[in-house]
Amino acid sequence: MPEIEGIYTIWLRETKRFIRYRSRILTSVVTPLLWLLIFGTGLGSAVRFGGNLPGGYQAFIYPGIIGQTILFTAIFSGVSVIIDRQYGFLKEILVAPITRPSIIFGKAIGISTAAVIQGIILLLLSFVVGVHMTPIIFLASFLLMIPISVGLAGVGLLIASFTDSMEGFNLIMSFVVLPMFLLSGALFPVTGLPTLLQGAVYLDPLTYGVDALRQIILGYGAIPLYISVTVILIFAAIMVFISALMFNKREQELM
Amino acid sequence: MDYIIETKDITKKYDDFTAVNSVNLKVPHESVYGVLGPNGAGKTTLISMLCTILRPTMGSATVNGYDVEKNAKEVRGSIGIVFQSRALDDILTGREHLEMHAALYGVPQKVRQKRIDEVLDLIALGNKADEYVKTYSGGMKRRLEIGRGLVHRPKVLFLDEPTLGLDPQTRENIWEYISKLNKSEDITVLMTTHYMEEADKLCDEVAIMNQGQIIKADAPINLKRELKADTITIKVDNSDLFIKKAEKLDYVKKIYSEDSYIKIMVERGENLIPQLVNFANQNNIIVESIELQHPNLEDVFISYTGTSITEGR
Repeated sequence: MPEIEGIYTIWLRETKRFIRYRSRILTSVVTPLLWLLIFGTGLGSAVRFGGNLPGGYQAFIYPGIIGQTILFTAIFSGVSVIIDRQYGFLKEILVAPITRPSIIFGKAIGISTAAVIQGIILLLLSFVVGVHMTPIIFLASFLLMIPISVGLAGVGLLIASFTDSMEGFNLIMSFVVLPMFLLSGALFPVTGLPTLLQGAVYLDPLTYGVDALRQIILGYGAIPLYISVTVILIFAAIMVFISALMFNKREQELM
Repeated sequence: MDYIIETKDITKKYDDFTAVNSVNLKVPHESVYGVLGPNGAGKTTLISMLCTILRPTMGSATVNGYDVEKNAKEVRGSIGIVFQSRALDDILTGREHLEMHAALYGVPQKVRQKRIDEVLDLIALGNKADEYVKTYSGGMKRRLEIGRGLVHRPKVLFLDEPTLGLDPQTRENIWEYISKLNKSEDITVLMTTHYMEEADKLCDEVAIMNQGQIIKADAPINLKRELKADTITIKVDNSDLFIKKAEKLDYVKKIYSEDSYIKIMVERGENLIPQLVNFANQNNIIVESIELQHPNLEDVFISYTGTSITEGR
């Protein structure tokens, strides 16, 4: 079982790195709390959403902010392969006698672990925004966060496979991360939008993640749950597959 | 299988630039083999093709009997690599690097701990083994990288400029370590270097590489013997006159000036020093200094390439 052991090894390293950079864990929890407490309270009291947001605006964005946390962590951890490359460590992994898909899969589940840990911390803080948490909601949300984060990690890894340096970081922020976040319906309901915006919203894979989380946590959403879950699973599978393909293809350039 | 590494006209081209040009290399089992050349000679490109990192444009190579293109995975399993640039993770410990490597290379669980302990013993990290790599010195990092390359007991260890950027004392330690390793383990070492002294001291055989081509390959002692020349370096007050006069002496095989010094190639130079000094005096030339050198690899390099290795960059 050398491949499985290889996947495990790469996962282990990713997880160790996450746990050892303590400041990263702290910021990854503080940032969403700022969104929830300041943005959520502020906008929630300034704007009336026609009374169709049960539990208030803060509760409405709570699943969205969980999605945002997963998005930021997963994409940036994926992109951090560029740093591995600059430090030369990627070579050590790429010359090992294990297949590229195993490397990518190990990376993706390692990144997913980090993202899901942050998601769990946020789930445990649900009382802050007055959302009632039950073991079933907790478990279902946890299971759902896994494919969401794996898919987004795949996006990050894919970007890393054709980016040379961290100079492209701002571009990734402007053209990938922020649009995905803003279009996902994390901050506003996705129904009743202008047609063009509506289309963009439904092209954003994170929309389905946020909507599914919202249905599980708050009990309402815009898309049937089974469709959202299917889209997320397919998205995760495709992203891991494509980034593995790209790593295979660009292997020479990456070392 | 006579040689553990054998290349056949291996070539790597980048657009118009040929980094490695039809190289035929034959590396005997359990030797320390050096590829010597200036920066930019194509050494790293050559080694990268042998390590399956780069694909050759033309030609082929076998490592441990496996083709580097068709059986890349088997090649990877039989080699250990120490890259020229660092390949360590700052936030992992030395031991974790070795554990990770052992797992990636499929070292059986049963022997893993023993191997890691052996390697840690060999590279003498002491109690630093369980600290983060970011606290290590340059020499420790290099030793860790070499040790990591050994955890899975490779048949061939590739070392790309193993002592680049290390202080002289650490360099000596690494040399000692590589020799010890080659004697105690059943392993072939292929290293690149642009330090003549390093190649001379460590390698059983040396291939001189310049501008993508192997110019000459042999044991260092044979390469030096072939020059049949000691070098006398002399400094006089009138170089031009001295060269003009000395050219006619029958024991002078070659004479040329380098900077403000004159180099004279002779055989059995120790007997000729008094003669040369007398000769200069007879011609009213004052000798400021005189020095005898038996040939070293630098001279071999110059005689084959026409440039000194440090100028080659």
